[in-house]
Amino acid sequence: MNSQEMKEIFLNGLWKQNTGVVQLLGLCPLLAISNTVVNSLSLGLATTLVMTLSGSGVAAIREVIPNEARIPVYVLLIAVLVTIVQFLMNAYVHPLYLVLGIFIPLIVTNCIVLARAESFASKNGIRASALDGIAMGLGLTVVITILGGIREIFGHGTLLSGIDLVFGEAAKSLVITVIPNYHGFLFAVLPPGAFLALGMLIAAKNWLNLRAERKLKGSNATLTPVDGGCAV
Amino acid sequence: MRRTLAKASFHTALNLLFFALIGTALLALTYQLTRDTIARSVEREKLKLVVQIAPATAYDNDIMKDTALLAPDELLGNDDTTVAYRGRLNNKPSIAVLEATAPDGYGGRINLIIAIFRDGRIGGVRVISHNETPGLGDYIEIAKNKWVSVFNDTSLDNRRDSDWKVKKDGGLFDYMAGATVTPRAMVKAVHKALQYYALHRDELFAQAAPSASSGKEKK
Repeated sequence: MNSQEMKEIFLNGLWKQNTGVVQLLGLCPLLAISNTVVNSLSLGLATTLVMTLSGSGVAAIREVIPNEARIPVYVLLIAVLVTIVQFLMNAYVHPLYLVLGIFIPLIVTNCIVLARAESFASKNGIRASALDGIAMGLGLTVVITILGGIREIFGHGTLLSGIDLVFGEAAKSLVITVIPNYHGFLFAVLPPGAFLALGMLIAAKNWLNLRAERKLKGSNATLTPVDGGCAV
Repeated sequence: MRRTLAKASFHTALNLLFFALIGTALLALTYQLTRDTIARSVEREKLKLVVQIAPATAYDNDIMKDTALLAPDELLGNDDTTVAYRGRLNNKPSIAVLEATAPDGYGGRINLIIAIFRDGRIGGVRVISHNETPGLGDYIEIAKNKWVSVFNDTSLDNRRDSDWKVKKDGGLFDYMAGATVTPRAMVKAVHKALQYYALHRDELFAQAAPSASSGKEKK
């Protein structure tokens, strides 16, 4: 794998094929848990970890599993990895585990994990697949964190609230109050706010793409619609 | 043709079995490695809660060590033996901390820990675990909202049976718009736990403390 391919994988994960705003895969956790920056970042990183491991795992065994049995084996592998991550989080970052709760085991059902296993890791080497997992996971993490930031500011008027759950009581001073005496805006906290904010992020990304294209090709460039995936 | 098909299926099945075994082994290993740490964090988390709801002035014994085992009871809503912590002041029973379960939350079970003074007043209630909707039903967590302190100082004496409902149902307990199933389940569970306490108080305090090994909570 040369550096050109590596760059391509990263560019795909972070921008061109971003899971959050282009592929629109794995929307369930994206919309549900992105109500604060800390929640988003933690779930994003947990998903990245699972995707990196599952990518390299699938790439390692792709030669030995019969074609018909591959999907069950992938699901099994992903489920095992997620459960291991769940055990580890429960043991070492217990308060955060309590916050993310049901969404950690739900990483199994996040179809982006299976989608990358099937469409990338089953056709590529271990290193490339691990890299793809990192890139895709980071792309998701970035989007979900921005989303969490927007929703937290509008919903609670703060940033980084709940960071003490990850780093202990001492980190409480890191919480930023953006709008003092804010009474909260429930709409931003609830799933509809997540849909709206995500829609705006997608629009912003498309606008940036369009602008870049117009610079290249002149003013009559148009956006080509992207294919949506299974939006689970 | 049929032979080869059967052979292929058999091969596939063996493959699946192989990976299932590896997966199980990995999980068993991680479970073994993390089990003690998890048990310790759960215990620590519980201690933090106990300190919040049982005021330090209410007892002078080592409350986490003075435990009693409660058999499953319909009024407590749990299917397993649970541990109760007993606080004593000058060797006289003063406060008990027990676990109860609200089986009918919006997302299933809500596990509670309740401190009750000897006279039947509630010291405080905390939620240990729940699956209520994030952002809607999770205001029962003290980290999110003060709501759960509506139970402080309530008892069977200062609230009538008909008061043990949320205001929407004609009772005395506040709730938040958007989620009534959750507080409804909580109020019912706390009410039942008080009834349990009224019936079993003396027995609870009289029970001999179990030896260290059997006192460990089984999860």
